[in-house]
Amino acid sequence: MQIQEKMTFETWPAVPEKETLEGRNKFLGFWLFLGGETVLFATLFATYLALKDKVPGPDHPLAQDLYSMPLVFVMTMLLLTSSLTSVYAIYHMKNFNFKKMRFWFIITVLLGLGFLGCEIYEFNHYVHDYNHTFSSSAFGSAFYTLVGFHGAHVIFGLCWITALVVRNWRRGLSLYNAPKFYVASLYWHFIDVVWVFIFSVVYLMGMVG
Amino acid sequence: MNSYAQKRGFLATLWDYLTTVDHKKIAILYLVAGGFFFVLGGIEALLIRVQLAVPNNDFMSADMFNQVMTMHGTTMIFLAAMPLLFALMNAVLPLQIGARDVAFPFINALGFWLFLFGGIFLNLSWFLGGAPDAGWTSYASLSLASEGKRIDFYTLGLQISGFGTLMAGINFIVTIINMRTTGMTYMRMPMFTWTTFVACSLILFAFPPLTISIFFLIFDRLFGAQFFNVDMGGNTIIWEHLFWIFGHPEVYILVLPAFGIFSEVISTFSRKRLFGYASMVFATVLIGFLGFMVWAHHMFTTGLGPIANAIFAVATMAIAVPTGIKIFNWLLTMWGGSIKLTTPMLYAVAFIPSFVIGGVTGIMNAASVADYQYHDTYFVVGHFHYVILGGVVFAVLAGLHFYWPKMFGTMLNETLGKITFWLFLIGFHLTFFVQHFLGLMGMPRRTFTFLEGQGLETGNYISSIGSVLMAVASVILVINIIITSVKNKKVGNDPWGDGRTLEWSISSPPPYYNFKQLPLVRSIDAYWHEKMEGRKEMPPAEPLGDIHMPNPSFIPFMISFGLFIAAFGAMYRPDYSWGLPVLIGGLVITFGSMLVRSLKDDLGTYIKKEELDDDKGVKA
Repeated sequence: MQIQEKMTFETWPAVPEKETLEGRNKFLGFWLFLGGETVLFATLFATYLALKDKVPGPDHPLAQDLYSMPLVFVMTMLLLTSSLTSVYAIYHMKNFNFKKMRFWFIITVLLGLGFLGCEIYEFNHYVHDYNHTFSSSAFGSAFYTLVGFHGAHVIFGLCWITALVVRNWRRGLSLYNAPKFYVASLYWHFIDVVWVFIFSVVYLMGMVG
Repeated sequence: MNSYAQKRGFLATLWDYLTTVDHKKIAILYLVAGGFFFVLGGIEALLIRVQLAVPNNDFMSADMFNQVMTMHGTTMIFLAAMPLLFALMNAVLPLQIGARDVAFPFINALGFWLFLFGGIFLNLSWFLGGAPDAGWTSYASLSLASEGKRIDFYTLGLQISGFGTLMAGINFIVTIINMRTTGMTYMRMPMFTWTTFVACSLILFAFPPLTISIFFLIFDRLFGAQFFNVDMGGNTIIWEHLFWIFGHPEVYILVLPAFGIFSEVISTFSRKRLFGYASMVFATVLIGFLGFMVWAHHMFTTGLGPIANAIFAVATMAIAVPTGIKIFNWLLTMWGGSIKLTTPMLYAVAFIPSFVIGGVTGIMNAASVADYQYHDTYFVVGHFHYVILGGVVFAVLAGLHFYWPKMFGTMLNETLGKITFWLFLIGFHLTFFVQHFLGLMGMPRRTFTFLEGQGLETGNYISSIGSVLMAVASVILVINIIITSVKNKKVGNDPWGDGRTLEWSISSPPPYYNFKQLPLVRSIDAYWHEKMEGRKEMPPAEPLGDIHMPNPSFIPFMISFGLFIAAFGAMYRPDYSWGLPVLIGGLVITFGSMLVRSLKDDLGTYIKKEELDDDKGVKA
């Protein structure tokens, strides 16, 4: 099937993201990239665990003093829901329903922005109310680097999905842009999975252990 | 063909190479850039040997020696060995699997430009206040204490070139999985393709820890983080772990493609199928897997304790098993073969004993208790130069002579090639064999001078003479390349006459679309199989049709250039107010270029069937 071909609901394939060779390459290449990203975050997690609560003096706050469950719970819910809405978007992409896909991607972006807002509030809170900064201790460096890397991924993902939606606003679906949407949603799920680990390893273990 | 390539003015050619996404041209770019850095690293090596030729030498200050020694190691590993291997991979791998291009031509170009800008950034340190001086391993306790901007050149430069390597790795994995022609099953892939596949998988999983540990060092030095600052709760051992979790697989990233090249060369010039192909594949994968389990053998004296040391010692020794399988397979490939001692074959034959010496000293180092004696001495220097020169550099030289006709359409001179080989071989053993004994006699690694009367004079003097022989060999290689290029005597598809794999079934150099019709592979060593059946060409796997080609693009250059600018901003931000805007400006260039790439449709072009028909003496 040619990549430029004008598609209709009837001719739209079952697996549009893997219909062309370019699509198959993108699909596989992106999965591999996520493999590398997994190692990247694993490295950050390992460093965080090694440096957790490693602070210069007794007056520096520790994990137990900092984290608060209500805020982190809201953030988790926002991000998990955004993952669900991106599944809806891809569901509609597979059914050649561009408008509904666009709608659910916009919802995904809005939820992601909500998450990002909470994270900015959280960092601000730690810095100004606890003096827990990037430079105040090795614990602080490891915390902000791990969670901040995740936050940077969220920002990148939001820009990416927004750019795709805006670019294709009037163009509808084609075999050229279907893999792009699919891969962006894969990225978004990956961000979500990493957050699940951050929630468990940083926040839950930080409050219990 | 794009319109730029047809006019052959200098600027047009330059623009052609700046925007190319053709894997064969990217191979030439990698070869030129990697060759340049190889010469640079070689000059640094010569300076080291001049300084150490006689006791109490004052040719260089201790500070200068630290810079030269650090840059020698960093340049050779990151900017010479890997790019030269990437050059051979780019030149040959798509041809070997019967593909018209790599999976991501754009990313392939991006990988090259990132590497080049990273390498240039690193080497600009020579002119901007001094080069990195904490060793190529840049242990945090040393690198945090280093003053000025030296280490920042190391971290930022390697970060940029590391991104490029990661992308090149992903590109090759996808190419091998998705782009193989009809009948090219996994177990019919040439050995070089297999080893590239495994090496690129190692890149994928080994480079992220390096990326992160370099980020830590950047953050510590430039942005006030405390990862390695013990006063603030930091821990310098984290750097050691992360560096070697990358650093050990890196050894296999280098040496596995080298094994692949030797497998091709030995099989071709023994005119026999590679002995134990399946066990070769198995051994390659096993080496790749075990390569991740052994990083702490670089840290036996760090104090991880006897249990950790014992586990890592045993795991390290286990790697000798698959490597041994390979050695025996090569020997048995030659056994009973009709051997032709061409230049590439000479390198391959010399590689076997040289590499075995490196392997045996490796096992000696792996014995953790004995390693307390060898650690940080010239014994280790001797060991890893036997592995990396005897393995990787021999392979690159063999591969260059072997694939030169495929890359440039003309043969390197065999006589000069053999002179290069003998000088290099003798120089290599002269330089590094004595270093084992110097180490055992107690000469520490990275020392900038030594005293008289401690028994170290003769060994060091011999070692320095050997390095001169290698330098002479390299000069002869360059002369050979110049003479060959000037003569430019064109050769046919299969200039060695014994080509076994698909790359030898098409013209040298191949047309820019590689295969007019994708070939049908019916056996391992597909081309040899067809020759044995009496055919001169591969049977086609598809009817003649339009060929889809990617468009050239300047964006890879711009993305890399943006990071290059941003790196200067990040480095001078703590001292100058213009640092931050430059950092942001560079990132805007990079991400802006990525956005343009994402928003602008790039559907590629088609070469029409009719055009292919009149394309007889095709020229890329």
